[in-house]
Amino acid sequence: MSNDDYLLDVRGLKVEGWADEKWNPIVKGVDLQLKAGQVMGLIGESGAGKSTLGLAAMGFTKDGCRISGGSAMFDGIDLVKATDEEKRRLWGTQLTYVAQSAAASFNPAHRLVEQTVATTVREGISPMSAAVADAKELYAALQLPNPETIGERYPHQVSGGQLQRVMTAMAMAPRPKLIVFDEPTTALDVTTQVEVLLSMRKAVRDFNTAAIYITHDLAVVAQMADVIKVLRYGEEVEEAETRQMLAEPKEDYTRSLWSVRMLGKEPKASDDIVLEIDGVDAAYGAVKVLHDVSIKLPRGRTVSIVGESGSGKSTTARVVTGLLPPSKGEVRFNGTALPAQLGQRNKDVLRKIQMIYQMADTAMNPRQTVGEIIGRPLEFYHGLKGRAQEKRVIELLEEIDLNEDFYDRLPSELSGGQKQRICIARALAADPEVIICDEVTSALDQIVQEGILKLLMRLQKEKDIAYMFITHDIATVAAISDEIVVMNQGKVVEQGSKTEVLAPPHPEYTQLLLSSVPEMDPDWLTRIEEQRV
Amino acid sequence: MRTARVEGPLSLHPVLATILKRLGLGLITLFFVSIIIFSSINLLPGDFGEAVLGQAATEETVAAFRRELGLDQPAVVRYFDWIGGVVQGDLGTSFSGRASSGIDRSRSVAELIGPRLENTLFLAALTAVIAVPLALFLGITAALWRNTWYDKSASVTTLTTISFPEFFVAYILILLLGTLWPVFPSLANVQEDMTLGQRVYASILPALTLTLVIVAHMMRMTRAAIINLLASPYIEMARLKGESPRRVILKHALPNAWAPIATVIAFNLAYLVVGVVVVEVVFVYPGVGQLMVDAVSSRDIPVVQACALFFASAYILLNLLADVIGIVTNPRLLHPK
Repeated sequence: MSNDDYLLDVRGLKVEGWADEKWNPIVKGVDLQLKAGQVMGLIGESGAGKSTLGLAAMGFTKDGCRISGGSAMFDGIDLVKATDEEKRRLWGTQLTYVAQSAAASFNPAHRLVEQTVATTVREGISPMSAAVADAKELYAALQLPNPETIGERYPHQVSGGQLQRVMTAMAMAPRPKLIVFDEPTTALDVTTQVEVLLSMRKAVRDFNTAAIYITHDLAVVAQMADVIKVLRYGEEVEEAETRQMLAEPKEDYTRSLWSVRMLGKEPKASDDIVLEIDGVDAAYGAVKVLHDVSIKLPRGRTVSIVGESGSGKSTTARVVTGLLPPSKGEVRFNGTALPAQLGQRNKDVLRKIQMIYQMADTAMNPRQTVGEIIGRPLEFYHGLKGRAQEKRVIELLEEIDLNEDFYDRLPSELSGGQKQRICIARALAADPEVIICDEVTSALDQIVQEGILKLLMRLQKEKDIAYMFITHDIATVAAISDEIVVMNQGKVVEQGSKTEVLAPPHPEYTQLLLSSVPEMDPDWLTRIEEQRV
Repeated sequence: MRTARVEGPLSLHPVLATILKRLGLGLITLFFVSIIIFSSINLLPGDFGEAVLGQAATEETVAAFRRELGLDQPAVVRYFDWIGGVVQGDLGTSFSGRASSGIDRSRSVAELIGPRLENTLFLAALTAVIAVPLALFLGITAALWRNTWYDKSASVTTLTTISFPEFFVAYILILLLGTLWPVFPSLANVQEDMTLGQRVYASILPALTLTLVIVAHMMRMTRAAIINLLASPYIEMARLKGESPRRVILKHALPNAWAPIATVIAFNLAYLVVGVVVVEVVFVYPGVGQLMVDAVSSRDIPVVQACALFFASAYILLNLLADVIGIVTNPRLLHPK
């Protein structure tokens, strides 16, 4: 096969990044071939080098990185050897990019339409008026509301899902030959994600544009890609046609990426209620965000609270912890009403309700060692000091599958999963009856997620701890819950045992939420598309 | 979550409302500053009557003088007398010139300060016209060619000039441009009947001195504010859209960097108005700073108070201006949801 058949022909591409006073390999010689109009999915965990590879395939590296070998032939030009000026002529016209966070990737100072047509006008592909007219057509094609006027808005005036579609329109505007999508839906709610996926796929197909689609979500890539390439540690694990990859992955690593979706536990009912939220209203200033929320948490069980951003999940947690006193209703702990204000709660109540956060990074003092971080609640709640404290910290480290080697480490010396484990140990140190887990696995890769969830389930069994598990990830919910609470716009839409909630019939909103979760079936998105017609 | 906004004929654009609110806050600040000025001047050691009339004055003359000036009144009364006059545009009458001879040759404070104020503002404006564009140009180009020899030498040069005391820079300039190559006058002797050109020529050395003193701060802040933004995803996006380095800086980073730049410019302009006594002394420039120092040593309270109040207003106004620039260059505030 000659090179001419490929729109993009990457051979032995190597990228290095400068860290710790030396160049470290990030991408270690990867090949990637793409024909015109073809969509390739790049998947792997964070640190696999998939974003770096996607950018390097455009001839671009972030500051502090460099391409150290290989070639990337695009339309007869080697992007590795091309001068900056040659590359700038292609970027934004032939080769375009859709970034992960649309909110951060649009310049806040310029109107959307200006940014959409900038490269088309700059390169003289079409005059301003024609480019603006075309942008409006693209907005309409991407099902944006008010396509005639939405371009006049500034980025902060438009929602995240809409911005992501405007960014796709921006990438489409110059009718490029290749678009690189870098985790374009990762930051979106599931219900928004479906809309964006549908419109992106339609646009790519209608214009017969080739694309590289980078994501860590297999189910998403299954909908978008013709071919999937799995990356790990900057190297290719395997590549196959999408259906084949899903049906029979060759490598163990690829199979392990599926595993979290296989995790499961039998839901068990219980009448022994440890925590009860009863008819709670809460507001931030004049804005009421919770309306008559009632949730029961049985001892030693897991209640998952699911919903989109803005549904009031985290506010409910703030009411339970006392950070936000409710304006109506009360929270009962072991049958007694808790004081609304944090300051009025005694140490024993504080000790029994612990919290684990989404961002383990920011939830720990970067200047304290692991020993100090876990030792602090031991001293505060149990008065343990010196040797006794040290001994208990090491016991706790062992409980979370780490060991005493970690005692003197700083948070910066830990991986993401290890940091979250330390946060779990800190919560355990208090000997709690309830742990509120606020999106604790959302920032982690699938395999690490699985480890954390297994750990939480084991600890629950051993210590009879109840979890209030806040998440937007339905797969996690299905894996670990006993009961599920669905929230929307500050109200409880549905609650009950996992089997009840996940089985039809559903209230309208639960139905929407569940049907929006991408499935591994590559025809899933197509079916949704057909249902709508 | 959307909150209901009251829309009606009385609702102002939020930016206008913010500006009015800031103006109101500025006035309140000024009020408190006036109290501080008044009370701290009351704390100055020595008797005003004695200081003005001289050691030789008899006790009766001093008492009569104090009565005439109203100094025998309680402080609260004197304060409201003073502030009441200021509000109506009357800054009072200077103490000096009322010698014991009985003939009153005193002048109103406004008359005394007026021309000095004009000179100070002229020097500040002249310096700003040179220094601000220069600092912006240096800052933007240093950000564009960051970590090159150009960036480094711009940094080193401006840091060197800021590291020397003002009077030293002033004397070096006098030595170079006034004595060795006498192109500019070393005495900035400005007169009221001078043309603009003559005034600029006379004031060029003090203006250059002040420029050298303030450029480094503004230039480095401009550079830092821009470079700070270069790591943002929208700058990466601009580069991935094939924008040239120059357009990345000017079109994508600079519009988002105005707020911190405006703050540091306002800070330095305020300094030009209130902090240039040393430079005025070196060049014998008849500005407000020198007037205030003289008035303090002669216990000429009305003049000291008026100068201090003027300095405070300049400070508050310039900072207000920086805030306003920060607001109008922020689309989030200018174009609310």
